[in-house]
Amino acid sequence: MFNIERWEEIFDTIRKNKLRTFLTGLSVASGIFILVILLGFNSGISNGVRSQFEQDATNQIYVRTGVTSKGYKGLNPGRRIQLYNEDFESFNKKYEDEIEYKTSLYSIWGGQVVYKNQTGNYRVQGANPDVQFIENASMTSGRFINVSDIKESNKVAVIGYKVQTELFKKENPIGKKISIFGINFKVIGVFSDPGGERENSRVFIPISTTQKAFNGGNRVRALSYTFNMSENLDEAVATSFAFSENLENDIRTKYAIAPDDRGAVRVQNTLEEAKKIYSLINTIRGVFWFVGLGTIIAGVVGVGNIMLIVVKERTKEIGIRKALGAEPLSIIMMILQEAVFITTISGLIGLIFGLSLLEIVSPMVDSDYIKFPSVDFNTAVITLLVLILAGAISGFIPAHRASKVLPIEALRDE
Amino acid sequence: MIEIKDLHKSYQMGSNSLHVLKGINFSVKEGELVSIMGSSGSGKSTFLNILGMLDEADKGAYFLDNIPIKDLNEKIAARYRNKFLGFIFQSFNLITYKNAIDNVAMPLYYQGIKRRERTEKALHYLEKVGLADWATHLPNELSGGQKQRVAIARALASEPKVLLADEPTGALDTKTSYEVMELIQGINDEGKTILIVTHEEDIAHMTKRIVNLKDGVIIDDTIVEQVRATANV
Ligand SMILES: Nc1ncnc2c1ncn2[C@@H]1O[C@H](COP(=O)(O)OP(=O)(O)O)[C@@H](O)[C@H]1O
Ligand SMILES: [Mg+2]
Repeated sequence: MFNIERWEEIFDTIRKNKLRTFLTGLSVASGIFILVILLGFNSGISNGVRSQFEQDATNQIYVRTGVTSKGYKGLNPGRRIQLYNEDFESFNKKYEDEIEYKTSLYSIWGGQVVYKNQTGNYRVQGANPDVQFIENASMTSGRFINVSDIKESNKVAVIGYKVQTELFKKENPIGKKISIFGINFKVIGVFSDPGGERENSRVFIPISTTQKAFNGGNRVRALSYTFNMSENLDEAVATSFAFSENLENDIRTKYAIAPDDRGAVRVQNTLEEAKKIYSLINTIRGVFWFVGLGTIIAGVVGVGNIMLIVVKERTKEIGIRKALGAEPLSIIMMILQEAVFITTISGLIGLIFGLSLLEIVSPMVDSDYIKFPSVDFNTAVITLLVLILAGAISGFIPAHRASKVLPIEALRDE
Repeated sequence: MIEIKDLHKSYQMGSNSLHVLKGINFSVKEGELVSIMGSSGSGKSTFLNILGMLDEADKGAYFLDNIPIKDLNEKIAARYRNKFLGFIFQSFNLITYKNAIDNVAMPLYYQGIKRRERTEKALHYLEKVGLADWATHLPNELSGGQKQRVAIARALASEPKVLLADEPTGALDTKTSYEVMELIQGINDEGKTILIVTHEEDIAHMTKRIVNLKDGVIIDDTIVEQVRATANV
């Protein structure tokens, strides 16, 4: 491979057969060009979807319990699984490091909320202060529930802006009394949730107050968590799933729930969606590689064909070379190295063109779902290796044929 | 230099075989200039190709400079050709995209000689055939006679023991043919062993010995008085 004399001989041949070399290289260059563009846009799509996700995705885990449908460890099916304040607290302690925000929830269904002569049906949830951050709610006026509200079981309520507009119209609700199931609560704040109308038609009250006022005891109906997201979304997805799995297992163990009893305890992870999107991105990447490699294979077959024609054209020359003392191996290497050289160089040119185009176009492409198409270094290197291999493959059959040329056949004077 | 004993060669053509050489006995001493004559199809080229290790005999013995030439693999044959033999063809067989000097340097490349030395040596042989000024010209910029001179320079460049020429003047007019023969005679005068296949009487008489092939055997082998090519011009 590193015989300088032979390389000189090959450069000589290439220099003196420019058109042929150009045509051979063109198919490979365009193949690589297309591959690079495809891979670039693949990464663009991947970047786009990722950023969509990182912006929208809540890393929320929601735990609900229900009724067992299977007997387990001698217990009958049909048991109601109930979580308590103690569960919430022990989980908080156990997963202190992972947990970012946490709340236990006690919802009141069919809660009639009344202000003066205005009445509405809203979802009333007993919750902890952290629920504000879990729900991404921002205050439009007043304040949210705080720790002392929980401690002192204050009869205070934070209402969604939808509740405000419906019950209070233009009136300032802060400090006003509303009645929920006939119990009076003081409005301390109004929030706005980016999640839409339904989310804004809610009323939050301290969970401790809820449990006391509505015979909740120390029961909780659901738990909701967010956890510390790492920068890397793949990692975040991994830790998130580990977390929700552990949490679910803890509950199953404590309350003796069959491992396959789906209804008794349900841990929902919003990153489930992310996982789906990621598998979609992987599929797209697979398709692009497939198409790209297909293009390269077409290029390789093209180079192989051209080299075959070249060998045929050069039969006489090969015959002369052999008569003058060229050994079969040197003929093989001559054709093979020419093929590898042409594919590699033209592939490089295609690569550079592709990368440059991406470089130019990339800043302009910034739609929601395609962002900054580019090809990373590793991919480029892999592509290059694929190319060299492709060159060798494409040159192999022609080289073999060339080595079989018989000088007397090639040189016969007709 | 060359020893041939009972050489046979036949070509298989489907079911029937064509017996071309039917027991050739032949020897050439160093410094000889021999012409091989015969009508078209008499097997002259076949014979020369076997001498040139481009083809193999079916039967018989061949010694070149006391080396037995038998059952050579392609690699060894290529090496021997490169080391011992220089070829001159009727249609010159120059590489069309290489200039005169690169064509002459070609056998040196296969001897593994470095570029600088190749160029020097090739230029020397181009000078010898009187074409130093044409070193950088491509074959299609040269006349037939010039092309054959380049081919002769190429055959000489590897400093072979024997030159084998198959109808070297077959594609040239009389005047050019004689010029080429003059060159060949000069090379022979310096001591090089040369075999020329031809079917032209005048060319044959410019050698020192005429071998006549007919029906696959040598029917006549005579030493002749060499006619100097210059005298004919
Ligand atoms: N490769 C071959 N296959 C079959 N027949 C051949 C082959 N080469 C030569 N011949 C035949 O052998 C005979 C001798 O050919 P050749 O040596 O070329 O004759 P010359 O050079 O004297 O004209 C001819 O009849 C030719 O047709
Ligand atoms: Mg002939």
